[in-house]
Amino acid sequence: MPKVKLPRKSTTIDMTAMCDVAFLLLTFFMLTTKFKTDDTVVVDTPSSISEIKLPDSDIMAITIEKKDTVDKVYFGIDGQFKRAALLKKIGERFGIPFSEDEVYRFSLISSWGVPLKDLKAYINMSEAQRTKYNQEEKVGIPIAALEEGKTLESELSFWILYGRLTNPGLRIAIKGDNQAKYTTIKRIMDTLQFRKVNKFNLVTDLEAKPRS
Amino acid sequence: MAELDTSQKGGHGKKGGKRSKKMSTRVDLTPMVDLGFLLVTFFMLTTTFSKPQTMEINMPVKDEAAPEEGMAVKSSKALTILMDKDNVLYYYKGIEDPILEKSEYYEKNQSENIRKILLSEHARVDDLMVLIKATEGATYKNVVDILDEMNIVGITRYALVEITDFDKDIITKQGEGKAG
Repeated sequence: MPKVKLPRKSTTIDMTAMCDVAFLLLTFFMLTTKFKTDDTVVVDTPSSISEIKLPDSDIMAITIEKKDTVDKVYFGIDGQFKRAALLKKIGERFGIPFSEDEVYRFSLISSWGVPLKDLKAYINMSEAQRTKYNQEEKVGIPIAALEEGKTLESELSFWILYGRLTNPGLRIAIKGDNQAKYTTIKRIMDTLQFRKVNKFNLVTDLEAKPRS
Repeated sequence: MAELDTSQKGGHGKKGGKRSKKMSTRVDLTPMVDLGFLLVTFFMLTTTFSKPQTMEINMPVKDEAAPEEGMAVKSSKALTILMDKDNVLYYYKGIEDPILEKSEYYEKNQSENIRKILLSEHARVDDLMVLIKATEGATYKNVVDILDEMNIVGITRYALVEITDFDKDIITKQGEGKAG
C-alpha cells in the first residue's frame, strides 16, 4: 500500500475578519462613551438596591459633602451653555455684573460650592487655586435664609429656581455623603419643595438585592 | 509566522534565474486584533461603570392654603420608625400610648433588625403605613437605609415626616432606659 501523504496544512488563520470585528466594536464603544467629568468633590454615597440609572444629561446635581462638623453644599448643572445662561440670570438677579470672559470661565466649572459674594473671585481663580479653595473652605452654597422671615429663600433656592428656568427639563439629583446630617438634607428637600420640585433622585451606590 | 515566504522554495528547484522574488502580501494581523480587543475591553468597562444609581423620591405636594391638612392614619395601621443619633433606631406601633422598642439597622445586626420587624408587620397588617421620622442626630445614610428597607420589604405606603415633640419626648423617656 502506498503511504497516504497527508498534506501539511498551515496553522495560521486569516485574522482579517476578526480584526474587522474588533475595530468595529472599538469604534462603536469609542463613539458611545462619555467620559466621566471631573468631580469637584468626591463623596461617599450610601448604597441602596435601587437600580434606576441616573441619566447622563439634564441633571441638576446638589452635592453634600461632610466637612469636619459642617455640611458643605455644592451645586451644578450640566451643559456649558446652560451654565453660562444660568450665571447671567443669577448676576442679573443679584446685581453682580459678570464679564463675557467670566461667564465663559464659569461655564467650564461643572459644579461649585461658593457663596455668591465669593463667586466672582472663585471664577477668576486658576484650576489649582480652586481645588485648594474647595478643600479649605467650609462654606458652600448657603442654605440659610437670605433675609429674616423668609425661611426658605436661600441662595440655594435661587440657584434651583434659575437652574430650572434655564433648562426646564432638569432632573434633580441629590448626592449626599453618608455622614451628612439629616437636617441638611431635610433643609435641601424643603428648599426644593419650596421651589415646587416634588420629585427628585437620591444618588446611591448599588447594593446587592437580598434573597427574600 | 508560518507563511513567511513560500515562493522561495518553489523557485529554487527550476532555475537559478534572476526572477524577482514574489513576496507574500499577507501581514500577520494577530497583534492588531489583540490591540483592538484590548481597547474594546477598556471602553466597555469604562462605559458601564460610570453611571450612578439613583433612588427616586416623590414628595407630597405641599399645599400652601392648608399646610397642616394631611392624610389621617389609622392607629392600627401605623408604624413609626424613629432614627436617633449614633445609628440608634427605635420603632413603635400605633399612634397613641406608644411603647417604644429598640431596633437596629440591617448592617449592624443581620439577624434581628428592622427588616424583620417590617416584614412581620407588613404580613400582619394590610395597608401598613410607615412613618419615618429622624431626629437632628440622624445621618443621611440612616435615612437612605430606611427608605431602602421600604423598597426591599415592598412597603408602598410610607412617608418621611418631620419629627414632633411628642416623639422626642418618647425617646427621652423610654429610649434611654431601653438603651441601657
